[in-house]
Formats: sequence, structure tokens, C-alpha cells
Amino acid sequence: MTLVADLHVVRGDFDLRLSLTVAPGEVVVLLGPNGAGKSSALRAMAGLLRLEDGSVRLGDDVVEDTDAGVRLPPERRNVGVVFQDYLLFPHLSARENVAFGLRARGLDHSAALRRADEALDRVGLAAYVDRRPAHLSGGQAQRVALARALVTRPRLLLLDEPLAALDAGTRLEVRSDLRRHLADFEGPAVVVTHDVLDAFVLADRLVVLEAGRVVQTGTPTEVGRHPRTSYVATLVGLNLYRGHALDGVVTLDGGATLTTAQHQTGPVLVAFSPSAVALHRGRPDGSARNCWPASVTGLEQQGDVVRVRLAGPLEAAVDVTALAVAELHLAPGTQVWAAVKATETAVYPA
Amino acid sequence: MSSAVRRVRPRRRGQPTGLPPVLVPFAVLALLFLLLPVAGLLVRAPWRSMPAVLTQPAALDALRLSIVCASAATVLCVLLGVPLAWLLARAEFRGRSVVRALVTVPLVLPPVVGGVALFTALGRRGIVGRPLDEWFGVSLPFTTPAVVVAEAFVAMPFLVIAVEGALRGADRRLEDAASTMGATRWYTFRRVTLPLVAPGLAAGAVLCWARALGEFGATITFAGNFPGTTRTMPVEVFIALQRGDPAAAIALSLVLLLVSVTVLALLRERWLGALR
Repeated sequence: MTLVADLHVVRGDFDLRLSLTVAPGEVVVLLGPNGAGKSSALRAMAGLLRLEDGSVRLGDDVVEDTDAGVRLPPERRNVGVVFQDYLLFPHLSARENVAFGLRARGLDHSAALRRADEALDRVGLAAYVDRRPAHLSGGQAQRVALARALVTRPRLLLLDEPLAALDAGTRLEVRSDLRRHLADFEGPAVVVTHDVLDAFVLADRLVVLEAGRVVQTGTPTEVGRHPRTSYVATLVGLNLYRGHALDGVVTLDGGATLTTAQHQTGPVLVAFSPSAVALHRGRPDGSARNCWPASVTGLEQQGDVVRVRLAGPLEAAVDVTALAVAELHLAPGTQVWAAVKATETAVYPA
Repeated sequence: MSSAVRRVRPRRRGQPTGLPPVLVPFAVLALLFLLLPVAGLLVRAPWRSMPAVLTQPAALDALRLSIVCASAATVLCVLLGVPLAWLLARAEFRGRSVVRALVTVPLVLPPVVGGVALFTALGRRGIVGRPLDEWFGVSLPFTTPAVVVAEAFVAMPFLVIAVEGALRGADRRLEDAASTMGATRWYTFRRVTLPLVAPGLAAGAVLCWARALGEFGATITFAGNFPGTTRTMPVEVFIALQRGDPAAAIALSLVLLLVSVTVLALLRERWLGALR
């Protein structure tokens, strides 16, 4: 059944407005910085946070509707939730944790334990059923939390930062496992994360939230190629500018111009990758290039490249090799020329 | 200057060199003051006649009555105190801080005053006691249940404070998690909240039991001093002294001391240790 949520949540000064439709089997990732309202949205759909106004529907079922005065309490929504930090019950074994929801629904003890064992087996934890959460690794605890959310066959699956508590090594493996389990889940699933890689791996569709508002939606590819805000651009590692296009030339809001290969007209966004920018000590030759003078404001090692931050008419992040840093004598304050080919820029309507 | 600082700092962590020496004799005096009476009890104990004194029917009756009443009072405190602690920890209502202050009144109230207060409430002419007597023919004072009531009155705050603290320390998000799994509030309370506060509840119950066991003032005021029905160990100790039998008083006191020390040890090892 399809999830149709129209959420308006108010908490103190903060308010969240989010309309969300998630098809059965679809995984929608809510991506956004801390405090964007992602977790509030999830809690509202789970029934743990009261809607100021709006509605939550699952198929034909009205779970909550402030206009109609309908509000199912969390325990009657049949929604599976994987919480941030998992919130496993510390006094219960993995098996008892998973069986909890079944027992709460009145299933008898031995049947509940049997189904819990099956659920734990499906996430590869058959050998750990008797362990208390304190004796599980982060990855194992995450899988217990997932089994616990899925065992009651929920109509909707909600995951709040399901990978945030894991170290980098475990994360890789658990992420791909989680993707597989989400693919197997037949209902709609909503995942909250602030990690762009988690979002891109898990999402069928991304909804980017900033300060309680949706700023962009789309498939990971669309969002990754054509970011619409500087937050998204930074996440996906692109330089992003807003401007006005006319005959292949974009006049940016700051006054600088960029020549682009695609011809658009009107308000546009222009994006290019930090690795598409070349740095020179003097003004480079070549006619079809965008080039502009800039001063280096920062240098930062990132893997095998150095991320150079430029100030000037066009603020930009540029990736160069360590060798280039040495050859160009780059240091904060160094004056350089930056150049980017027209074909390296992506232009799309703002 | 910098070398002086360097020399002082490591010391501050290890040894309390910063203490003014004048405090030391007072601290030692305080320690002696606390330990001397206990030592006196041990020194003057009639070790040889102890078995005879403690196996006297009166002593055995008092001991049995004390244990039964303290246990019953503890059960009463748990049944009523846990919901009260839950209310104080979880419910949002006006005047909550006033209620919390009222709960601790029996802690600072002289127990005799507590006994008098119980009379005014539950005595035959008390505000609740009179209708109880007139309608049901139930009269509480000077009965074994009165002992339980008096003990519960003075001991309840220990339980409420301990459980409220444990409830405040428990992660409420676990209760949220339980509700998303389909658990009703009552089911969540039984299967999640109570197990989470079990160490606090156990510590509170033990403190409560120990306080009830030693209760004297409220008990003798409200329940009196009838052998077999209301004469508990502390009252028996008092009576023994009154009739000029200090050996019996000391012997009975040692039993109570033993119980107290055992409780203290249990609390330190099992629960306070776990909380640390």
C-alpha cells in the first residue's frame, strides 16, 4: 500500500512541512543536515510526534488526519521503526528483543520466539540469539534492530540514521545488507540520513530537506548531477552557481560570467566538479575556456588529492594533485588563474 | 613559577595536600563519635547468655512480628510508591514540585509526630478512621495492621525517591520504541519500564524494609505495645531497658545491628556498585 503523508510539525521555533508519497517497495531517503527535521518527520509518521496539521495515509487507511480528528496511537499503526542508536532493550536478549512486538500483539511465547529466531536467521544472526545488546557489535545490533522492525510484518518501514552509529569498516558491509533487506521489503520504506553515500546507495528516490522544507527531490543520479542548493552541491562534491543564461553565456549573481556548452535561457544553475578546474600561475591560453583570477584561501588533503579553496569573482573548490601544489607553490594567499572548460559545466533551469 | 605549578598539579590529583590540618582532628573525632556506640554494643554484649535471651518466646515473637510487618510495609510501599514515583517522574502537572516536597515530609518528620498524625487520620475519631469504624466496624490503631501502616508511612519516601531517580535515569526512547512495536502503555510499563528501573526499585525496597524494621516512634504511638501483635523488635529493646534488663536490650540491639549492616553491605555491593 502506498504511503501518502502530508506533515506539518511544529516544535518550538522549528516547523516542518513535508509532503511525501512512497509507493509499495519504494525506498525514499530523507537527506538533510542535522536539524533539518528529518527525524521529526519520521517520528510524526510513527505517531510519536503529534502533527500540527496534516495527514498520514497507508493505502485506504487513514492513520492520522487532523482535519478529521483521526489519530492512531503508535502501537496501533503497525509501522516498523529502526531507531537511531537502535534502542534495543538492554535487559532482553536479541531473541527476546525481536519477539517483543509479537508478544505485545498477543502471540504466545514459544511461537513468538520461533518467529524471532527465524527473523534473526534471515539477518545472519542465528548464532547470537541469546546475546544481550551490550554483547553485540554495532553491526549486529543494527541487524537485530532491523529484524525487530520487520518481524511484525509492518505496513511501513521507517529507518532513522540506520548506519550512523557504525564505524567505516562495518558500515560498508551493513549498508549493502540493508539495501538487500530494503529491496525485499514489500511496503513503502522511508530512510533518514545525513550521509550522502548512504543516501545514494539506499535510495530509489531522494528528498532533500533543509530547515524543515523540501529543497530538492529526484533520483540519486538527478540530484547528484544537478544539485539545487549549495548544501546538496557540497554533499555531492560540486561547485554550484546561480545565474542567468543567454546564448551559452551565464551571468552569475556575483557578476562573473561562465561560458557553457549547453544553450539555456533564463534563470539557471551551473555546476562543475572540483576536478574539472585547472590552476595556473599565469593567465592560460586557449579561447573556449572560462578563466578567472583567484586567490587561494585554504588547502586540505583529501585522499590522494588536495582540495584547494579559491576566493575571487568565483568562489570554488578545486581538486589538484600534491605535485601540482608543489609546482604551483600553492599556499593560502597565492594568486592563481583558474580555468574550466565549457564542456565540463552542467547547466539546468533554476 | 611554572615549575611550582607543575609540582603542585600531580599532587592535587593523588593526595589531598590542600586540606587545612586543623580539620583532621575534628574528622577523627566525628569518626569516633559514629563508631564508639557501635563498639560499645559489641563490647558490652552478653555473648554467653545471648542464645538464651534471643530464644525467649517474647524475643522470638518480636523478631517474627518485626520481619512480617516490615515485609508487609515494604510490599505496601512498592504497590503504592512505584505508581507515585512514576507520576512524579513522568507526568507533567502543576504543583509537581510541591507534591515531591510533600512526599519527603515523613523523612524529616519526627516519627512520634508521624504516629500522632496517623491517629488524627486513621484513629477511631480520625477523619478517615471514624467512617471506617462507623460503617465497617474497622478500627486500625493498636493492631498489627497499624504497625504496618506506621512503618509504611515512614518508609515510603525511601522507595519513592529511589524509584523516581531510576525512572528519570531510564531512557524514555525505549518506551517509544516499544510503542511502535505494538505494545500498549501498560505492557510497555511491565516489560520495559519496570525491568529498566529494577535495580533502583530493589535498592529502594531494601532501604524501605530496613527503615520499616527499625521503626519505633510512629509504631509505639499509633500501634502501641502489645506483645505478639504490635511489640516489634525496637519496641522490645525499649521495654527491656525500661524493666532494667540491659543485657536483653543489647542482645536484641545486636540482632538489629546485624540486619542493618547486612542491608548496607547488600546495597553497596549489589546495587550501589552497579550504579557507579
